[in-house]
Amino acid sequence: MNAAISRVAVFALVLMGALIVATTYWQAWAAPGLNDRKENAIQRVAQFTIERGRIYASDGRTVLAENRTQRVSGKTLYFRRYPQRGLAAHVVGYSTQVRFRTGLEQSLNDFLTGANANLATVLDTTLDKLKGTHVTGNDVVLTLDARAQRVALNALGPRCGAAVALDPQSGAVLVMASSPTYDPNLAEEHFNRINRRARAQCVRPDPLFNRATAGAFVPGSTFKVVTASAALESGHWNMRSTFVDPGYCEEYGKRVNNFDTSSPFGTVTLHQAVQYSINSVFCNIGKTLGPAPIVEQMKDFGFYSLPPLETPAGERRISGLYKKGRPFEPTDSTQVDPGRLAFGQAELQVTPMQMAMAVAAIGNRGVLMRPHVVDRVVSPAGKTVTRTKKEALGNVMSAPNASELTAAMEDVVRAGTGTNAQIPGVRIAGKTGTAETGVEGRNMTAFVCFAPVGAPRVAIAVMLENQTGVGGTTAAPIAKQVLEALLRRGP
Amino acid sequence: MGAFALRTLSARNLELLNLLVVGILTGLGFASVYIARSEVVSPQSLTYAAFFLGLYLIAHVVARLTVPHADPYLLPLAGFLTAVGVTEIYRLNPDDAFRQGLWVVIGVALFAATLYALRVDFRRLESYKYVIGLGALVLLVMPAVPGIGREINGARLWVGIGPLQFQPGEFAKILMIVFLAGYLREKREVLAQGRLKDFGPLLLIWGGAMAVLVQTNDLGSGLLYFGIFLGMLYAATSRFVFVAGGMGLFLAGSAFVYQVVPRVQERVSNWLDPWPHASDTAYQLVQSLFAIAFGGFAGTGLGRGTFTDADGHVLIPYLNTDFIYAALAHELGLVGIAAVLLVYMLFVSRGFRIAMLSQDGFSKLLAVGLTFSFALQTFIIVGGVLRLIPLTGITLPFVSYGGSSLLANFVLLAGLLLVSNRANAPR
Repeated sequence: MNAAISRVAVFALVLMGALIVATTYWQAWAAPGLNDRKENAIQRVAQFTIERGRIYASDGRTVLAENRTQRVSGKTLYFRRYPQRGLAAHVVGYSTQVRFRTGLEQSLNDFLTGANANLATVLDTTLDKLKGTHVTGNDVVLTLDARAQRVALNALGPRCGAAVALDPQSGAVLVMASSPTYDPNLAEEHFNRINRRARAQCVRPDPLFNRATAGAFVPGSTFKVVTASAALESGHWNMRSTFVDPGYCEEYGKRVNNFDTSSPFGTVTLHQAVQYSINSVFCNIGKTLGPAPIVEQMKDFGFYSLPPLETPAGERRISGLYKKGRPFEPTDSTQVDPGRLAFGQAELQVTPMQMAMAVAAIGNRGVLMRPHVVDRVVSPAGKTVTRTKKEALGNVMSAPNASELTAAMEDVVRAGTGTNAQIPGVRIAGKTGTAETGVEGRNMTAFVCFAPVGAPRVAIAVMLENQTGVGGTTAAPIAKQVLEALLRRGP
Repeated sequence: MGAFALRTLSARNLELLNLLVVGILTGLGFASVYIARSEVVSPQSLTYAAFFLGLYLIAHVVARLTVPHADPYLLPLAGFLTAVGVTEIYRLNPDDAFRQGLWVVIGVALFAATLYALRVDFRRLESYKYVIGLGALVLLVMPAVPGIGREINGARLWVGIGPLQFQPGEFAKILMIVFLAGYLREKREVLAQGRLKDFGPLLLIWGGAMAVLVQTNDLGSGLLYFGIFLGMLYAATSRFVFVAGGMGLFLAGSAFVYQVVPRVQERVSNWLDPWPHASDTAYQLVQSLFAIAFGGFAGTGLGRGTFTDADGHVLIPYLNTDFIYAALAHELGLVGIAAVLLVYMLFVSRGFRIAMLSQDGFSKLLAVGLTFSFALQTFIIVGGVLRLIPLTGITLPFVSYGGSSLLANFVLLAGLLLVSNRANAPR
């Protein structure tokens, strides 16, 4: 009988062994995935026993997120407080018990809770755990300029839209303002009050929506800087190449008029076409090039991929041509009208973030820098855990082409469609854009610019919904105010 | 040198030494919980640890007097598991731990009584096997009797008289093992021949297991009883065909029950994919997996786990009974819970060792039955919590909060010690 008994014994021990294997699976292999699930009630509570790190603006003093403590049944719990309210709500997001987390509060959770496996901090947190003291997370310092951010929000005022400012030489996000904004302090207990601020006239009324990185704007003529880059890079044209403007562009036998049809310009250079935003010239460039080189140029600028930023991927959107709600890459002229694509109409949907990246690259002699909003992560002991290094994403265009295009864009602001952005003593290169939505008084307007020309410190994109005016009168003044605020600060 | 010293110790002295180690661990466990939760629990509750050790010393003395040659590891291993359970229950709810402590008192008394009553020769039980079998049957149907039967949490496993309630199934299980050991010892040769007419009793028992299953609304108990039966049948006959055939029958029966009982369907679908029901029927299972995962390698530490939300509401219901494994895995981590599982494995290995060392068929089958039931019960509840098999609410031996289960396990432990004592006794 002993042989049979030993087989029963082996079977029983295999069953028990399976329990050890299964436990190992859940505690080692599957644990990270489970800990991140939204349904996880323990994680939701346990997160609040950790003293989350603070989030600061670029000055390292303006607190964007901090904790308030509360004693609950023998435990100290830490809840979030956002002293600057709506100032950077779309970037910072919120962290609550009932609504989980958004923004950097979500994507930087590991840093903020000290859960990041970094040699500098992992020892400290483990020791804290063993000692039974609470875990203190790391602080995060952003690249956002609090003052300019406030200027941008005030300038956007009641409009639906967004403003993004980058440092073209480093990729640092200096301003990211989305209007309407909301008070993240309300997210925990008064969530409905956030939606009461919704603006019905916006494409998406939701104030939580980050229009700066996820809004779908039609770029209009601001897109001409991309087409112009493609034209220059193709080698067919330079800025002195001449075109004849009849006041319209013939496409599939139909006339597409210039924005201002009152008088044809006659013979013009590409430089002038940029300066006065002449649709017919870009239309003809588009027809000659076909869509493929323009799409290639767009990809170099970062279109067709998610802008690499620290915010959650779900809060960012790909810019490009869209078809049936999805990004779409045309390969020949039967799939998209290249003439309309060339001056920024067609089915283009872009984010202000992407347009800011595009002008920043032109300003930075054709080199696109990786955008980032986190400057550094600092441990509770004051040590820098990580610091974002500036990184080039690629060469968008040659330096001579970039400087030729810059000269034309400078004339846009000096004596073209963007004169409202002028600041005495500062050389600004810009481009206006107005996209008609088919409804009178429902234009999407935009202005992109960078300054100072030669050694740019700021690149800006301002994009607005539902405007009766044009880009030069609505978006350019906002960009000007943000630019002034940013240029006034020290280098 | 240490090994030499241990070898020269008598079995009971070795047991005492092991118990002292368990005592130290228990003290550390309670101290750890106390330090972590000093704001919530009173310092008096620390005496639980001493009280607890005292009880096991009494059990040890009884063993010394009645079963001097018995295996020296089983009692300390059981003591360790009880200590782990009481510590965790204490951490979850000090009042429950006090009640569990009282059950340990009664358990030790029952343990002592069993050892004392059967100290001369437990094998006389064999001659009462049919009476015992009948007793098992009576206990099994008790929850179905109107008036005293009670349904708790959808399973009809309880008998209540006034404020007292217990699960007769826990004791029925042990009586059934005694009956089967006697019955199979007698019929094993005949059964091994595999004649068709000898399958009568097998089918009868299968029918019984199915009846229990339908009546209790619980797949786990049915699986447990039938699994014990198959394990013992195999040990007695060495015929794998019987096991395969029995499993086939059980699966067919389960498939039928699955069709009829919605609760079983729910359990199975939650086992296959709990996520769609994460907020309703699979809530417990999912949150318990989160609790286990949160423990990670090292756990949160005893007393430092998160089992309530910010307002003090309990996150996982039935944490101290069905889901105590999740609570332990959460606070002890993989390192600690693997150690607990290894203790179960050690207990099981010692049990089977006793079966192999025994001389007669009844003793062997009794030891196999008791040990295998212990292993299978552990597997069914922990496997259910870990989503290895569909979840069924049965107790984790020696650890879960609950009187019936604890008492039955003390009897089981006494049974194994009795068999072991006889096997090791000098002739």
